[in-house]
Amino acid sequence: MDTAPSQDVLTIAGVSFASRLITGTGGAPGFEILEAALAASGTEMTTVAMRRVDRETSGSVLDLLARLGLRVLPNTAGCFTARDAVLTAQMAREALETNWIKLEVIGDDVTLLPDAVELLDAAEALVNDGFVVLAYTNDDPIVARRLAQLGCAAVMPLGSPIGSGLGIGNPHNIALIVDQATTPIILDAGIGTASDAALAMELGCDGVLLATAVTRAQDPVRMALAMKYAVQGGRLARMAGRIPRRWNALASSAHGDVADFSASDSGPIHD
Amino acid sequence: MMVFVNGTSTEVVPGLTLGAYIDQLGRGRKGLAVAMGDTVIRRGLWDETVMTEHDRIEVLTAAQGG
Repeated sequence: MDTAPSQDVLTIAGVSFASRLITGTGGAPGFEILEAALAASGTEMTTVAMRRVDRETSGSVLDLLARLGLRVLPNTAGCFTARDAVLTAQMAREALETNWIKLEVIGDDVTLLPDAVELLDAAEALVNDGFVVLAYTNDDPIVARRLAQLGCAAVMPLGSPIGSGLGIGNPHNIALIVDQATTPIILDAGIGTASDAALAMELGCDGVLLATAVTRAQDPVRMALAMKYAVQGGRLARMAGRIPRRWNALASSAHGDVADFSASDSGPIHD
Repeated sequence: MMVFVNGTSTEVVPGLTLGAYIDQLGRGRKGLAVAMGDTVIRRGLWDETVMTEHDRIEVLTAAQGG
């Protein structure tokens, strides 16, 4: 069957992933739980931030990802300008020996929403510098199209603000972005629970990127497993093609051979 | 000689190279990146890049987040 999950791969910049769930690492209560959750999620790629070296830090998130055999996707979280994002991406390339980058340029600390102007500038600079850019963006179909035209390898619209767990605020826009897509579309940010991830896939997204929904769940490992199945279920539903919505009921069984009791001359059945 | 490493003023011996400074951190070189001012210094140049007074140096690595 050509819809078997094992044959239905996500391909970004020529690299194929059997799992359509990309995970983050932020918010986990500890490395042990993070490792168990990432393993349960079935993810094959996980994003990490770039931060100043801390002499006190013990253990490394990179060691953890290496143990799980996960591809590392550095990000530019915390950058407010194209200049800082480009420099951070270049440092990530140097430190982690990958030219893949999750590009994130936010407008302020309160909403953490992307700054579209800085984002487009950074995306252009990074693509020209040879990066494989996965761009985190607003759910704006026009900006999404511009990012693809600039040469981004994937466009990643938000469902709602980072860490909010509000789900997909504007499914219509996500559907519009999917309809015009020329790159993989990854729903990034805002996922709160499994049904949000399933909806993203049902809307036609090629994958889902989430962190907080798992790492801050009461049981991160169980939620990671829920997300794995939600992404798979949503993907299968999308490929299967849902029934159209109708105003009125549509009986699922034929009416023709239903017994007709109206002509019966027997009276009410009473003892 | 004073330089700024990750935003903190730091006293180093004159003539210290980036490579020697990184080695002093005692965590190896793997997974690290270094910038001086706005320029990323490639790993292969660390041992020949000498710090100068008031240099602004950033040393980054991967961390949980994003």
